Amino acid sequence: MIRAVGAAEVAPAAYAWEIRAEGLKVKAGRRLAVDGLDLSLGAGVHGLLGPNGAGKTTLIRSLATVLRPADGDLELLGASVGGRIDLRQVRRQLGYLPQEFGYYKRFTVREFVEYMAWLKEMSKKDIPAAVQRAIERVGLADRADDRLKTLSGGMVRRAGIAQAIVNDPRVLLLDEPTAGLDPAQRMQFRELLHEFGTDTCVLVSTHLVEDVAAACTDVLLMDRGKTIFQGTPDDLAAAGDTSAAGDSAIERGYSTVLARTGGGRGSW
Amino acid sequence: MSGEHASRQLIGRYVLGDADIPGDELFALESHLESCAVCRARLADTAADRAPAVGLLLENVWSELEPASRASAPMPVERRWARWLATWASPGMVPWLGVSTLVAGLAWVLAEVYRNGSAVVLLLAPILPLLGVAASWARGLDPAYELVVATPRAGLYLVLRRTLAVLVVVIPLLLVCGAFLHASPGLWLLPCLAYTAGTLAVGGVIGVGRAATALALLWAVFVIAPSIGQQRLSIVLDPRALPVWGAVLVAAAVVVVTRSRAYTRLGSQL
Repeated sequence: MIRAVGAAEVAPAAYAWEIRAEGLKVKAGRRLAVDGLDLSLGAGVHGLLGPNGAGKTTLIRSLATVLRPADGDLELLGASVGGRIDLRQVRRQLGYLPQEFGYYKRFTVREFVEYMAWLKEMSKKDIPAAVQRAIERVGLADRADDRLKTLSGGMVRRAGIAQAIVNDPRVLLLDEPTAGLDPAQRMQFRELLHEFGTDTCVLVSTHLVEDVAAACTDVLLMDRGKTIFQGTPDDLAAAGDTSAAGDSAIERGYSTVLARTGGGRGSW
Repeated sequence: MSGEHASRQLIGRYVLGDADIPGDELFALESHLESCAVCRARLADTAADRAPAVGLLLENVWSELEPASRASAPMPVERRWARWLATWASPGMVPWLGVSTLVAGLAWVLAEVYRNGSAVVLLLAPILPLLGVAASWARGLDPAYELVVATPRAGLYLVLRRTLAVLVVVIPLLLVCGAFLHASPGLWLLPCLAYTAGTLAVGGVIGVGRAATALALLWAVFVIAPSIGQQRLSIVLDPRALPVWGAVLVAAAVVVVTRSRAYTRLGSQL
């Protein structure tokens, strides 16, 4: 669908990176889950990989402006979000799908996405069209007026993706979006990511290395609160030792890079 | 083009596909049409009059689109109020409504038993809204909490909106109880509002939910318990204390407004 392009959308960006962090430290409870992380992300699909407890979710929550950084600089869309500043301008251009994504069971898909659009301060006249578009993009148009509690887990997750993209965000943060999607849906989702990656900064955290290989233009590997690798999926595959654990080149690259920094720990 | 809108003459030429319109004027007209409903309506009228071919083309497009637009059904109208309600109170607050009514009912029973109804209303009025205020910002009660705190509206505006929703329910409840139990609103309304405002002011520092719990506990320990123990109302509910409550209300309101930015980060406090 072609949209009329508004002046705000063609205005030149006054920043070099959509997301820029320097020496970022964020606490999860008392623990420093993100510990001195440097990051510069522009438009494109960035995959965030790492073992459990590497600080992926904490990083995404701080990028979503839910958590306040304990130390370091964090700039979103050129605006520093560290101190007590007005976050509304930045938040209007954010899309966020949390890992544990809660919803109101009695709401229909449309009501839920509309409610989120209202919370994102979209203008009243734009909401119905934007909601319909978001629901169609995630392939839920035929279930739009069904209550969320009647949907399957994968559909609920797609409704979550719809609420994240309803405001056409410039920064889209997705925490484990492919959990609960079946293989066909995952392929559709990757196509959606490709579409977004052309003009949006998308950060996708995932456990599934093959998602990254298929959908991402850029990979970030995190361990113990720090980035230990940033490059293209091919770079990561090239970094792999033939003797390392893993079934594909990129999985071997993943385990090699983790082993090099003493991470991974080889245990559950 | 005249003033704010495009002239009828220019629109007419545009409709007829006049190739002599200068490029800059054409660009200006098209970008104006994108944002101006009045001129779009004018364009539609002109097109219907002067260029029947365009009308025919439109009809064809519509006849092709109609089956598709019927497939995606329009939104049912009857549930609009539910969405409107959600903008005032998070759906997680519904159980709180039940609890408040229950507490008010309990107060009534107590009042009947102890034969001192007005005292019960006075003692409960300040903390009854706190239940709702706490519920409106409790991570445990609001399943979409994580989503809500990352949106631009999460901030003082939403805090005040939800607090207002709480007061709209609680104050009539207390008025009804007060009318039956002979408690004058003049005595309990100001402490009630001041205590709620104070909760929001403290909430900017330690989180609204925590502030409501802490202040409710303080009230129970330092006002309700002594009043029951000594069989007479605490000094803070005396009519002579009303100016103090007024001052507290004003001070809390000033604190809330001056620290409004603190409410945008409620997610990291709770």
